[in-house]
Amino acid sequence: MKHLIKSVAVLLGAEPKKPQADEYTPEALAIHAEQRADKSRIALIHAEIAHKKQHKLPEKWRRRRWTVLIVVNLLFVVSFQLDIQLLEGALTASRFVGFHMADLNSALQVMLAYKEVVINLVIGTSTVLVLWWLLGGRTFCSWVCPYHLLAEWAEMAHDYLAKKKIITDHPFDRRVRTVFWLVFAVLAFVTGYTVYETISPTGIVSRALIYGPGAGMVWVATLLLFEIFYSKRAWCRYACPIGLTYGLVGSVSPLKVTYNLATCFHEAECKKVCEVPHVLDMVVKGRATEVDLLVGADCTHCGRCVDACPTHSLNLEFKGLGQLLK
Amino acid sequence: MAKPNKRLTREQKARRQFLRTVVLGVGIVGVSLLGYVPVIGRWFERIRPPGALKEQEFLASCIKCGQCVQVCPVNAIKLAQLSDGFGVGSPHIDTRQQACDFSCDGLQCVLACPTGALTHHINYPHETDMGVARVVNEKQCLAVMGKGFKGQARGASFKGKLRYEEVDRWKPIRVSEHPYDLELCDLCFRQCPIEMRIAQCDAGKPPSADENQCPPQHAITFETLAFEDGITRKRPLILDGCVGCGVCEMICPAEPGVFVIDSSESRGLAA
Repeated sequence: MKHLIKSVAVLLGAEPKKPQADEYTPEALAIHAEQRADKSRIALIHAEIAHKKQHKLPEKWRRRRWTVLIVVNLLFVVSFQLDIQLLEGALTASRFVGFHMADLNSALQVMLAYKEVVINLVIGTSTVLVLWWLLGGRTFCSWVCPYHLLAEWAEMAHDYLAKKKIITDHPFDRRVRTVFWLVFAVLAFVTGYTVYETISPTGIVSRALIYGPGAGMVWVATLLLFEIFYSKRAWCRYACPIGLTYGLVGSVSPLKVTYNLATCFHEAECKKVCEVPHVLDMVVKGRATEVDLLVGADCTHCGRCVDACPTHSLNLEFKGLGQLLK
Repeated sequence: MAKPNKRLTREQKARRQFLRTVVLGVGIVGVSLLGYVPVIGRWFERIRPPGALKEQEFLASCIKCGQCVQVCPVNAIKLAQLSDGFGVGSPHIDTRQQACDFSCDGLQCVLACPTGALTHHINYPHETDMGVARVVNEKQCLAVMGKGFKGQARGASFKGKLRYEEVDRWKPIRVSEHPYDLELCDLCFRQCPIEMRIAQCDAGKPPSADENQCPPQHAITFETLAFEDGITRKRPLILDGCVGCGVCEMICPAEPGVFVIDSSESRGLAA
């Protein structure tokens, strides 16, 4: 329960805190002490990083994830173009072989604005709720959301420019996403319009792919330029209420990235590639309170940390199916 | 001027981050509220698909997924762009380009709607209320001029489709593939989906052998009257049974067309 509260607090925007002395298990304390005493580890770490620089690890999870993301979005497109009624609609609401699905945040906006819920929407919302509870909430973001893929490319451009010292990242206070979530919920209720849908890049890009692009793509392009030149991954990190909704759903999911302290060298390669590095606070030397920990609710299960970790201390695991996913 | 090269203190950094977060917050909420402008300013009077609730309720309940677009056999439904503000992604029909001819018979768009923005309380074409046709350009009307019509109703390049039951019950074809030869033009009446159903019912053959498909009221007729020049002619007259499907507007060979669909007093269908 303590872990869950912390995980949700960080999701809502709290900064991860250094744990109190009494929070550590004896096993974790023993490993921390051992790691401090063992000076040979430093040399090992340097060797490890040097090795990694020469032999780039394959981005296995990213390849799998991009494949899934593109296939899901193409299914929508192909289904409509060929009129095969496999996956009808768009990401805001759809039918998969006739079965209703509704994006949780879009459904919430409609429910608050319209203040009436028809049975189809109940079915669609429940299906998606169970689906993304099972598959880990924000997994939607990195494995399905088409804006996420565009933002990843923008991130590559941002990282390149930042490396060349042409630009610097301007982080925002992460609590603003929770404020956005509340403001858009209140706006839907008070105005009676689904205000957030107007600017939702997820909805705009999804519809652009399926029904053809329109002026909405100018807004999406503006966001991407903002992310490239001003603030890395800004929309997904600081703004998107969809991400927060799914984060809450996935906070108690069986799908998690797991962390193992015993094998970790604390090189922080994982934090460099992470969209939401605050969830990886435990990899900082001395922070892990237990030997095995689960990465928090804001994690999108993109698997980049899993690929980046030279010691395989991070893994994407489904409770009970851990081995099968490796 | 050279940039002063000084390191910011932790407090200064925090202060800057706070300020730019406030700007981001106000900025994004501000941009989203711009969606109000086209709605309040009534930039567009949209014809919504069959069963659409009143405009405000419709925009509140529509989840902007386009499932209605996908099921329409004549592709009459299009999604609005960002210029519709809060209406972005909401479905509408441009009746002059492609009207709703009810060729699906079962109101597929209504069935597809996941949120009830197209109310599930209606089942038949005559129960819909998208608007009402108005005669706005009577002088151009071929019937009023006493003329017939021969050829493709809207020219060879027109992409709009209609279902012609005598051609194919299930597959709508292009209007351009179905030329007419009429002694007196009555295309608006002839192609009216409501009038077609009434004719079928009068002949004892209601669509899908379902008596409920029979519209209770006529939608359009031709009245005969003596015009100012003393000549007796016919002219189209819209009746209470008109549901605003727009087929008369689409099929009218006059340019500009004789009809427009007025959606302003429509959709009293709130569930």
